[in-house]
Amino acid sequence: MPSQPIDQFARELSPETRASVYQSTKTTHEKRTKLLFDQFADPNRLRTLAGEIKQHAIENLDTLLPQVEARLTGNGAKVHWASTAQGACEAVLRIMQARGATKLVKAKTMVSEEIELAHFLEGHGIEALETDLGEFIVQIDHDHPSHIVRPIIHKNRREIARSFEREGLGAYDDDPGTITRRARHYLRHKYLAADVGLTGANFVSAESGRIVLVTNEGNSRFCLAATKCHIALVGIEKIVPRDRDLAVLLNLLGRSGTAQELTVYTEFIGGPKSAAQPDGPEEMHVIFVDNGRTEVLASECREILRCIRCGACLNVCPVYRQASGHAYRSVYPGPVGAVLSPLLAGERFPQLADLPKASSLCGACNEVCPVNIPIPDLLLRLRQRAKEENVPSPGTPPMGAWALLASQPTAWRAALAGGRLMNHVPTKLIPVPALQAWAAQRELPAWRGGEFRKWLRQRRSR
Amino acid sequence: MSDDREAIFSRVRGALAPLRVRAPLPQYDTEIAVLRQVLAGRDLAELFGERIRKVGGLAFFTPAALVAHLRTGGRLHGYCDPVLWPGLAPHFGAGFQVETAFDRTRVDDYAFGITRAAGAIAETGTIILNDAATSCRLGALAPWVHVAVVERSSLFADLPQAVAGLGDDRNVVWCTGPSKTADVEGILIEGVHGPGEQIALVV
Repeated sequence: MPSQPIDQFARELSPETRASVYQSTKTTHEKRTKLLFDQFADPNRLRTLAGEIKQHAIENLDTLLPQVEARLTGNGAKVHWASTAQGACEAVLRIMQARGATKLVKAKTMVSEEIELAHFLEGHGIEALETDLGEFIVQIDHDHPSHIVRPIIHKNRREIARSFEREGLGAYDDDPGTITRRARHYLRHKYLAADVGLTGANFVSAESGRIVLVTNEGNSRFCLAATKCHIALVGIEKIVPRDRDLAVLLNLLGRSGTAQELTVYTEFIGGPKSAAQPDGPEEMHVIFVDNGRTEVLASECREILRCIRCGACLNVCPVYRQASGHAYRSVYPGPVGAVLSPLLAGERFPQLADLPKASSLCGACNEVCPVNIPIPDLLLRLRQRAKEENVPSPGTPPMGAWALLASQPTAWRAALAGGRLMNHVPTKLIPVPALQAWAAQRELPAWRGGEFRKWLRQRRSR
Repeated sequence: MSDDREAIFSRVRGALAPLRVRAPLPQYDTEIAVLRQVLAGRDLAELFGERIRKVGGLAFFTPAALVAHLRTGGRLHGYCDPVLWPGLAPHFGAGFQVETAFDRTRVDDYAFGITRAAGAIAETGTIILNDAATSCRLGALAPWVHVAVVERSSLFADLPQAVAGLGDDRNVVWCTGPSKTADVEGILIEGVHGPGEQIALVV
């Protein structure tokens, strides 16, 4: 049976991986819900408020971007702009070369994944080392992250222990504590030897120019304690209008992402280190990256730019739980990825046009979203776009006959009556592959076509 | 570079031009983001002590209790902010080796690091560090145990108050419990790159 690429990935996923993805996403989702609803009088109001803040920010980027640029410059940071992935990579390289730097340590940033920065820098003779434990393991395995906040949700401890053994980080030991200790020991000397620390940004305040970084492991703090130069790669949509808005967003981010009241390290960076401080960057660069975001801003799906990358929609999504992250074939998996990835793909939109279709539109992603993004609506808009652009859709049953009937009232009434024949035909014998696949696991309910019309007629005549 | 700047700004303006109405900036009371039930009628220092334990950290209210804890854990070699050391030294008896300059070539030699906190947040059990208060960033980060000396008068009740009190320091860090990860099979491990023990000494 022909099918969409995402279905093929889901089918080929090992039962072991599926079980572990299912279990850990479900656990995080349940903890998140408990934490939000036990603690706040009105968590849904908090979510909608956060959505309003971010929506205001993205719809006012024309004034907020120049404002944030002026604040950052005033704080002693150097601001750079990059239209494309290539431009962003080159900006990082230029900064490194100007300092004669050859070693970079990086904290987790989704933008750096998007622009494939580590790969680019390695091609130019620069060591670019991931320091987030999950991302470090992804890097040594030449793999890809499969979750926004849990990059190695698809791996088990035995695979990781084998990778560590292969990389000379110690004899096989699959105890998660030992794995973590070994990474700690290895990476701290890498930070101390590095020239540049690279981070992303969770938020940037237009009011103060403060960059907010949120991590649990302390790796971004180590990057900014050990190196003399800080580069922050920031998507242009990360702006929030005021510092006070951060309290709302931070309260939601930790709870939504990892079911924590607050993530362990929340850093507010307003420039290079103070003069009296012995440790930390003397130089700070902020690179604002577009890479397709202005196209998203111009589209009917601009609400997706509110996203704060918490991963809550992945954790709750029945499709993500079955398919895992690699099925989305892009940096952003899950419901947010099903919207964002095809949009950011530019001309490659048709290659990812199956993603918006891989949804039952159950709406769970919208309900958990800390910035209340109407993901199901956006998925529908992208389905429509794919239809308008005539993107092939293998596995979708032909709808021509239905369209004909639905536009002719007489034919429709006849079909409703004639449909009763269905009650006498075994579903499994109908030669439509999609129907057979469906019927393999379910019973078709008895045909009751016309009952509603009959009910409505009787109601009217009363 | 500057071409990219102009190109991005022009695309942003073009994207927003068709919007007849822009989403307004919401005005709200930050009370919406406060855990009022947690805070109601509580002494902030006592609540902070309770909340920091909840996130895997520890709070001590006397130097003697801190020193006893370090001794029990066999953490005898450490770093201390030179400004704090004269006040703390009398509580550290024989057997401790404390340096007041942090040598970054020997990061693994220090079992603990003692630095001043800029404040703390009672609601979340968070220690606030900044460049002005922290004598050296690495000393508060690399050792297995980090002790932050928190003055009672510097306690904030909740997150919105702490954001309002960020001040003009260029580097403010909120630390909520020890450094941790759940990357491997979702199992919580404390002490990844930063401290495995986060302690507040409330004075």
